[in-house]
Amino acid sequence: MPEATEKERSGKVVVRCTVNGRDAELSGFPMARLLDVLREELKLTGTKEGCGEGECGACSVFINGKIVNSCLVPLMQVEGARVVTIEGIASDEQLNAIQEAFIETGGAQCGICTPGMVMAAVNLLDRNSEPTESDIRAGLAGNLCRCTGYMKIFEAVVRACQHSGVKR
Amino acid sequence: MQTRFIGKPMPRKEGREKVTGRARYIDDITMPGMLFGATVRSPVPRGRIKEIRFDPQIPWDEFTIVTAQDVPGSNYVALIVNDQPYLADRLVNHAEEPVLLLAHTDKYLLEEARRAVRLEIEPLPPVFTLDESDEKKEIIWGEDNVFKSFLVEKGNVDDVWAGADFIVEGEYRTGAQEQLYIETNGVIAVANPEEGVTVWGSMQCPYYVHKALIKLFNLPEDKIRVVQTETGGGFGGKEEYPSMIAGHAALLAWKSGKPVKIIYDRAEDMAATTKRHPSRTRHRTAVTRDGRLLGMEIDFVVDGGAYATLSAVVLSRGTIHAAGPYNCPNVRIRSRAVATNVPPHGAFRGFGAPQSIFALERHMNKVARAVGLSPEEFRRRNFIREGETTATSQVIREAVDMQRLVERAFELSDYRDKQERFARENESARVKRGVGFASFMHGAGFTGSGEKYLQSIVGAEATPEGRVRILAANTEIGQGTNTIFAQIAAEALGLDFEQIEVAQPDTANVPNSGPTVASRTTMIVGKLVESAALSLRQTLQNSKLLADSYSPEDFSRACRDYLAKYGQLKSFSQYKQPAEIDWDDEKYRGDAYGAFAWAVYVAEVSVDTLTFEARVEDFVAVQEVGRVINPTMAAGQIEGGVAQGIGYTLFENVVWRGGRMINNQMTNYIIPTTADIPPIRVHFEEMPYEHGPGGAKGIGELPMDGAAPAILNAIENATGLELNQIPLMPEQLMEAFRGEHA
Repeated sequence: MPEATEKERSGKVVVRCTVNGRDAELSGFPMARLLDVLREELKLTGTKEGCGEGECGACSVFINGKIVNSCLVPLMQVEGARVVTIEGIASDEQLNAIQEAFIETGGAQCGICTPGMVMAAVNLLDRNSEPTESDIRAGLAGNLCRCTGYMKIFEAVVRACQHSGVKR
Repeated sequence: MQTRFIGKPMPRKEGREKVTGRARYIDDITMPGMLFGATVRSPVPRGRIKEIRFDPQIPWDEFTIVTAQDVPGSNYVALIVNDQPYLADRLVNHAEEPVLLLAHTDKYLLEEARRAVRLEIEPLPPVFTLDESDEKKEIIWGEDNVFKSFLVEKGNVDDVWAGADFIVEGEYRTGAQEQLYIETNGVIAVANPEEGVTVWGSMQCPYYVHKALIKLFNLPEDKIRVVQTETGGGFGGKEEYPSMIAGHAALLAWKSGKPVKIIYDRAEDMAATTKRHPSRTRHRTAVTRDGRLLGMEIDFVVDGGAYATLSAVVLSRGTIHAAGPYNCPNVRIRSRAVATNVPPHGAFRGFGAPQSIFALERHMNKVARAVGLSPEEFRRRNFIREGETTATSQVIREAVDMQRLVERAFELSDYRDKQERFARENESARVKRGVGFASFMHGAGFTGSGEKYLQSIVGAEATPEGRVRILAANTEIGQGTNTIFAQIAAEALGLDFEQIEVAQPDTANVPNSGPTVASRTTMIVGKLVESAALSLRQTLQNSKLLADSYSPEDFSRACRDYLAKYGQLKSFSQYKQPAEIDWDDEKYRGDAYGAFAWAVYVAEVSVDTLTFEARVEDFVAVQEVGRVINPTMAAGQIEGGVAQGIGYTLFENVVWRGGRMINNQMTNYIIPTTADIPPIRVHFEEMPYEHGPGGAKGIGELPMDGAAPAILNAIENATGLELNQIPLMPEQLMEAFRGEHA
């Protein structure tokens, strides 16, 4: 058996990409889930696993500006890509307007879906700075929350639009 | 009353950590030398274990392997009846029952190994449904398959049938429901004979786990330490189950001498852990020509699964709520929790009440129709009022006004206009619309003498920074414990919100303030937070370090001075039951709860007669919950509970085959998404409750009770179909339509 392990180890690859703006060399099996590599290699544990099959969105990250479920992305797919996780959303101590709004409106309860939900909301506002209610519902439909019933999350997105409108 | 923090939308204490991803949940933590643990589970629902075989392909000598023979203490999960083993020994009683544990450093190899253990089990005849169990098709638990039964009697219901103008009967059923917290169950354990056992994990009730591990390891209580880490949702699903997974990780850690982490994946969590009890309720109701309730006879049965766990308590709450907020002179409720060979059902928000209230509020519509009254007029004639008694003969001592809640809810939902308009438009429409409502109450805190036996204790301590830290075992699981406790203490002491800290629940550091369940954290434990904080101030004032009138800075200085002089400052407060609460455990009669929250929920639905999709289009939730401590969080509780209720009614269908949940994935067990939830409009009526902190009552479970009956009442209004079973899937709607029009 040790031979098999050794052999498998030799099957690991090194993938170069940027994570939250920094150059990163990620090592792992080609089909390792990006989610695991981020959490285990880079200790970026803000990205959560909720279902492991792309249903709940708790593991949402950006790859080249597009939102994806990192539990469904094999490591080899991020070669040369720009990866952004929840840890890259706030700049130092300055929260993103979405994050501020989630705190103000009560958009986070238990918090386990929150990083993914914040990613989805940031992604939505990047694409559409004045979303309608149905845009918000559609934009967040890939992210499940079991605590809030979504009302306060919708409120957070609306409030973030108002804030960004004033600030930017 | 002028307040600074009570009634204010203070932001979540740990909000910043949560929105930035910095909050540390159990799977975000690792320890040096840590192993991963896995559970080998029974593939059959009932049988005798003959042999355990290990596939020679796996290097078993690298693994830590634990069976029932390795248990150092008692092989049962200490809770109420102690019938559930940590690891099945000779018999298995449900599919997914844990039989053997494995640990290894490589979690991928661990998963291969888990699949390479073969359990040879000689099957015994199983029982899968509550009907089969109730009929005693096979005796699978005790002498009669009954975990627990209750009889509630008020007046004499046998005398009413002869004189009744109408007798209305009905049968109502509810299915299992998965809690589906987004963070699965998980723990890390460190255990050895020298230091004892320490477990960190996602949980609601650290002292439940503590009690269970004492028995499992036969160690003194100070050798067991349980620490709650940030918890990604519970809803009851992390009330009793963490005792199981904590014990498993601790057994592996004990044998291997290394830290062991067990995190369930979603499929395992859904298949193996607890769900809401399925139920069957039969009603027989006597009523006069003018619509007065004369008598109610109710038979309520819940499916407890294979072991007793909390079924007795779930049954109790369901039983007590079964006759609802109505004044009826003669009531008999018989109830029982029966055994089946499926994984034990357990705590889930509402705890039996959503089941019996669903039945009641569907049945009340049926009775109204029999009498020829509208649902609202029939209820109006029977609502309970101050001075009248509930089914357990509890005298209502508050100025409850259900009719006012109905009026408010109708006004906010435009109920009467909609009803009229929809009736007109439905004639020619493919998509039929309707409105319906449910009126109900939910008791806060433990039932009857429960709080008296719990004897909860809360502490408050002064910190070296001059702040006050609350010491309680009640957990923040998203519902806002940290924030609410800080608001209560800051208000009581006249301090700033930021001056209050809430300690991480750690049995080595906080007293046992009881479990985080039963809508008790704010009302019962919050009151103890208030009194512990006040007693800390009293100590400072007695020591002359703090004047009668002081600023927040004075208070901080006094704390620091006290610590410099005496070393530490801690005050504790213990629960004392209000004198007027009187409960008879034998007769199941008296004051079941210190307080009830009261509510009327209105649902508007659309039913597509081509696709048979039913949708909730609008939802109004009106409730009287005492004083609201934090309006944002309180509304968040209601909205979240209603969303779970909508899921319970129209989406969440646990599909069983051979005693196993076969749709144990988020792909095919569907919870509502952003696209499915209607606007949920929440309104609070506030009547301060004298024994609650700042006048608050409990609210966490209340919103789970009302959605299902309100929605089916609305579907009846839209379609004329009497549907009395949830979940209601499009297939059943289709069959109902076809039956109607055949």
